Amino acid sequence: MKSIKVLGSGCKTCVNTAKLIEDKARALGVAIEIEKVTDMAAIASHGVMRTPGVVVDGTVVHAGGMPQPDAVEAWLKG
Amino acid sequence: MLALFPWLADALTYRLLALDPGTRLAEAVHFFIEDTSKIFVLLILIVFVMGLFRTLLAPERVRQILEGRSRALGYVLAVTLGAVTPFCSCSSVPLFIGFLEAGIPLGVTMAFLITSPLVNEVAVVILASVVGWKLAVVYVATGLGVGLIGGVLIDRLRLERWVEGYVWQIRMGAVAVPGQAPGLGARVRYAWGEVRDIVGRIWLYVLIGIGIGAALHGYVPQDLFARYAGPENPFAVPVAVLMGLPLYSNATGIIPVAEALLAKGVPVGTTIAFMMSVVALSPPEFIMLRKVLKPALLVFLGIFLALAFVAVGLLLNGLFM
Repeated sequence: MKSIKVLGSGCKTCVNTAKLIEDKARALGVAIEIEKVTDMAAIASHGVMRTPGVVVDGTVVHAGGMPQPDAVEAWLKG
Repeated sequence: MLALFPWLADALTYRLLALDPGTRLAEAVHFFIEDTSKIFVLLILIVFVMGLFRTLLAPERVRQILEGRSRALGYVLAVTLGAVTPFCSCSSVPLFIGFLEAGIPLGVTMAFLITSPLVNEVAVVILASVVGWKLAVVYVATGLGVGLIGGVLIDRLRLERWVEGYVWQIRMGAVAVPGQAPGLGARVRYAWGEVRDIVGRIWLYVLIGIGIGAALHGYVPQDLFARYAGPENPFAVPVAVLMGLPLYSNATGIIPVAEALLAKGVPVGTTIAFMMSVVALSPPEFIMLRKVLKPALLVFLGIFLALAFVAVGLLLNGLFM
């Protein structure tokens, strides 16, 4: 089970990012637990200054803009 | 290359649609076609080129550059970097926290936040090609000036007390910059993603702006604005700023409106004051900033910006009479 956090204020790109990760995980058959973090203090405490940010198992792997689909696959497989 | 767009508009308006030159409809349609083609081609081109270099100017880099600078140098760098780094307004809160946490003074941070939506390289290039580079230079200079003065004022008045308390408690530790492959392929993909992201976000504002510009251009009598918003009316500038307050558009979307206003004889200062008021004072941005700023600082910021834009308008109208 991978623990994934999507950091973002709830803007459209953040929602789309979470959806992209969920879709990819389902397609690849990877079990994930996804959490949307919207609290600004919590987002900043991850050291992320651009949203959406993505945290996989405690490591920040992405910050700012929609992630590339193949990058999402790499996180899920890694 | 820019001559292509009027030529295209001529061909579509007068030949394909067979509209009579000189009629109101033809004028409006011509304006709409020329501006839509020109602005969107330039928009895609500039955003793509900037996207190739974007990793150089990510907010994390800006923070590094501003960290530990003297205040004076900090202000100059903040407004300059604010002008060349367009960031999504949904990132303004983490960016604000990140800057303060790095010890960057509140005034310098606010100078960056004021300038960033007001002046950006995309709008400047489009402004220069639609209404001329002289006006673009004046717009940039006054926009940077407003950001600078706003930052210094917030600093001098020690308005740190109007920042939400929790902001000062946050400890970010090291800023996470996920590894980005620096290869050309990755850069091109990233730049293309930027085009889709930014154009996807602002195209409607731009189209609405062009529509309003076209309607003004075709259907508003030539002397209407000159009569009510001419240089001799001292209330024209404050009224323009007040009208711009509730309106919200992106810096690029307001350009065709400004183009039409200028062509109808509205003075340069009044037009620029209106543009800045629409672009900088936006309800969504203020709602976002409410998460980190107390209402008193938002009110201060709103009043400062409104007064600053009125001053800019009156000054430019005086200079360009």
